[in-house]
Amino acid sequence: MGFVTATADRLTIRNFIETVGIFRTLSSSGFRRFSTYRQATVAATATNTMFGFVRTYVMLAVAGSAVAAGGQVAGYDAPQLVTYVWAGQGLIGVVALWGWTELADRIRSGDVVTDLLRPVHPVLGYLLPDLGRAAYALLTRFVVPVAVGGLVFDMYLPQRAATYPLFAASVLLAVLVCFAGRFLVNAAGYWLLDTRGVLMGWAVCAGMLGGLYFPIRFLPDGLAAAVYLGTPFPSVLQIPLDVLVERDPPAGQLGLLGIQALWAGLLLTACVLVQRRAERRLVVQGG
Amino acid sequence: MAEPSTLAIYRRLVAAQVRSQASYRASFALDLVSNVVFLGADLLAVLVVFYRVPVLGGFSLTDTLLVFGLSSLGFSLADLTVGNIDKMSRHVRTGLLDAVLIRPLGVLWQLLVLDVGVRRLGRVCSGVVVLVIAVRLAEVPVTPANLLLLVVTPLAGAVFFSAVFVATATVAFWWVDSGELTAALTYGGRDFTSYPMTVYGGWFRHLLAFGLGFGFVAYYPALVLLDRPDPLGGPAWLGWCGPLLAAVAAALAALVWRTGVRQYRSTGS
Repeated sequence: MGFVTATADRLTIRNFIETVGIFRTLSSSGFRRFSTYRQATVAATATNTMFGFVRTYVMLAVAGSAVAAGGQVAGYDAPQLVTYVWAGQGLIGVVALWGWTELADRIRSGDVVTDLLRPVHPVLGYLLPDLGRAAYALLTRFVVPVAVGGLVFDMYLPQRAATYPLFAASVLLAVLVCFAGRFLVNAAGYWLLDTRGVLMGWAVCAGMLGGLYFPIRFLPDGLAAAVYLGTPFPSVLQIPLDVLVERDPPAGQLGLLGIQALWAGLLLTACVLVQRRAERRLVVQGG
Repeated sequence: MAEPSTLAIYRRLVAAQVRSQASYRASFALDLVSNVVFLGADLLAVLVVFYRVPVLGGFSLTDTLLVFGLSSLGFSLADLTVGNIDKMSRHVRTGLLDAVLIRPLGVLWQLLVLDVGVRRLGRVCSGVVVLVIAVRLAEVPVTPANLLLLVVTPLAGAVFFSAVFVATATVAFWWVDSGELTAALTYGGRDFTSYPMTVYGGWFRHLLAFGLGFGFVAYYPALVLLDRPDPLGGPAWLGWCGPLLAAVAAALAALVWRTGVRQYRSTGS
């Protein structure tokens, strides 16, 4: 085994089976870790459910007002908006929209050095546990609000069988995009001492342009298109929800997935590049 | 050496916090701006909805803006002063609370000045601007009674939301990892009060608007200002109940807080 430094080549992983093993171990570690935070999961799910009620009533009032005027709102009817709101509240936990400051905290404390010594690329080292975390959230934080919403309100269920696998793919892409976005804002910590402002900026944009407060299609058409194509945020929440409520025909759904895939590729590449620059710059204070 | 008064100590603690936060200039500026944008995001949600529909629960855009303005100014005042108490569960988990408990100053007050949210000043400023614009747009008649109500309502709202902040944060004494739970009633309450109560239905409205009292933060005062009868059939004097309700809420929150502190057990970390 050779000499290892942060900026030298990482140990090469020898074969395919070993790689699969590392992937499985790392992602299941994320799953297990988050499954121990039971109180936090219950608290967050209860909060998402509360917001689900408030937003659903507002959206139902919007749909009611639109029906009175003789139409739909931006192509959604009332049950579609109900599904939109509750699945959206569930997805917040799956993609982990806010509140992930682990990398920023580790950069600040210097613990990040340990990550650089591991034989796995740091981006991958954070991504794989995050996928495990997302899987756990899907079983808890997604299922509960959607079930509550479905029991209390009239919800839209996908009419086309193909929508389910498309939705699954879209959620996976959303997790990747959101992870990459969070990684990048956290990595700002390599350059800024206090990352609160950047993290706050991310939280605001992700909620507003991600379609959490209102579906982005409520905006004037040109503006909505600009947000979908020009920012990664709709890829985090809005697009999986659009796919789920079948806002568009199958071709449209595929197009939306394409946008997500593009953003996922772009942002993950950016993560790797930013990480490389950061490692050349990082000075860890001893002590 | 003369001992500084308690008030002077708090003043120093706050000043130190302001200086420490402002010293990371880039981040502080971004933080201030983000906070203004945050209110902008809520406001944008209302505007976007009205871009698609002319009325919401029987209320026009200008009427809804008045409700929104009263609610968000009240909330942002509470958020500025007591908002950081929502980190309570972290204080319990990390054992910071133990350190706070042995100092000869009020526990709650210490926690409040510990991480005072100077950056949230941006939200208060934009809250005032939104309310003033809403009052103009809704053509609220300028009478002494209306002016009094316009001053009293955000203040009562601030006290009410502060009580909600403190009471929900107390949960952390029993339930260490309660983290986001506080947001359900604080930020959730703000979102709830931002719209006319007519939007909500059934038991949900009864529970939050009347059971927990959120209906009196902005909706009923706004009806008085707009000189509109309540579509839900409530009498007009309900609009003046805000301060009374805020006082009750504050008393209850103080009781809950004291109970929590008294039975606090350190997590040992």
